[in-house]
Amino acid sequence: MRTLRPVLMAGVLLMTSACGIQPWVKPYERDRLADPIMTWDRDAISSAYLDHIREAREGSRGATGSAGGGCGCN
Amino acid sequence: MLKRSSFGHAARLAAITLLLFRATNADVLPDDRADLFYSKYSGGGMDITGESVLVQKKITENLAVNVNYFVDKVSGASVDVLSQASQIKDERKQKSGTIEYLHDKTTYSLSFINSAERDYISNTTHFSLSQDMFGDLTTLTLGWGRTRDSVGENDGTANDPKVAWLGHAESQDYNVGINQILTKNLISGVDFEVITDDGYLANPYRSYRYIDPLNAKGYSLASQIYPDTRTSTAVGVHAKYFLPWRAAVTGTYRYYNDTWAITGDTYELDYTHPIGNIWILEGRFRYYKQNHASFYSDLFPFAGSQNFMARDQDLAGQTNTTIGAKATYAFLPTGWKMFKRGTVTLDISRITFKYSDFTDIKDFGQPEYLPGDEPLYRFNATVFQAYMSVFF
Repeated sequence: MRTLRPVLMAGVLLMTSACGIQPWVKPYERDRLADPIMTWDRDAISSAYLDHIREAREGSRGATGSAGGGCGCN
Repeated sequence: MLKRSSFGHAARLAAITLLLFRATNADVLPDDRADLFYSKYSGGGMDITGESVLVQKKITENLAVNVNYFVDKVSGASVDVLSQASQIKDERKQKSGTIEYLHDKTTYSLSFINSAERDYISNTTHFSLSQDMFGDLTTLTLGWGRTRDSVGENDGTANDPKVAWLGHAESQDYNVGINQILTKNLISGVDFEVITDDGYLANPYRSYRYIDPLNAKGYSLASQIYPDTRTSTAVGVHAKYFLPWRAAVTGTYRYYNDTWAITGDTYELDYTHPIGNIWILEGRFRYYKQNHASFYSDLFPFAGSQNFMARDQDLAGQTNTTIGAKATYAFLPTGWKMFKRGTVTLDISRITFKYSDFTDIKDFGQPEYLPGDEPLYRFNATVFQAYMSVFF
């Protein structure tokens, strides 16, 4: 319990301070972020296909943060 | 003769990632859209064409549905399949559906995916929720999925299949993602994903190779033996920056590690450049590197020399490099009647695969190559995509 105490205190501090966080980028300042070129993944179907091709040929998988579908076997 | 397990696994994983990454905003549902998609992959002896249709529609302001149908057609055979089996023809059909429900600043998402081939059937259920917080600067996404696979082996032909069902595999997928607005020009994100597998994980169409003095070739092939569990962990970080001349640059890094001792690093850089509101041009570069799995070897010293033995291409040490370009043309830039926008996109990628411990055994005996001395395998692949999207 003793070792957990700093972790718990840090968690409580984080939660209480988070309640007070003010957005430092105001909604009216987000016009550039709203531009379609700033979308993470404009075409999910295409990203999914490329991910699928890679996952069939590489040992790695996951955390690609994009999209699904497609083929890449044998 | 088909090899299938990485095919089915990859399809399911890619589909899951489609469902996971909602994320720049959890307090709006996506625009209504319909896509018609065509793709062609050529490389390493394989030709794969894909056709797909996607429809995304808001039923109300709080409820949206998304359906996708994808068909892959495969012909040819890769280098290690060629070394032991005939060429193949096969087809995979994938159906998926998603329901999204928006409540205040939270989006709940429930998806089902079914992927079917003659010798591989996969069903996935996935649930995720995304929550906007801190003045909508931060989006947190949590996801969980479960997949059940049936793995078979076709000992017949494409026209006269004889499928023996070998076993089942079950996977669980856990994902946490955070997207963060950092400045007026910069957004970033972190993804963390753990996947656990249990069951029949081997590829029934590939073999391990061992030294055999009794064989005229000096080696023989035998069925691979895989562990029946695997747990992988991947962490990806990415950032996107709006440049002063209205263009965007994206950087991505992913670290991967699993209980089969594979470690992978992925680096990706992407540049997006619009021209007015008619064209969007994009260029990308990707580099990937991995070491081999602990039970992988190009040539084992003798049959049964380890508990687990594999000579599967995707478990070998490798690097690959991708260079890609994409052009999107808006044919309805300001909309028409019920349509808000329409686009046509062409995308082409060139991938170079190089293996550090996987040899091209087709070269055996030509003339001086002894088992294990064959040249290392490498190949190039071209991936072409064309699709039309209509937003309404």
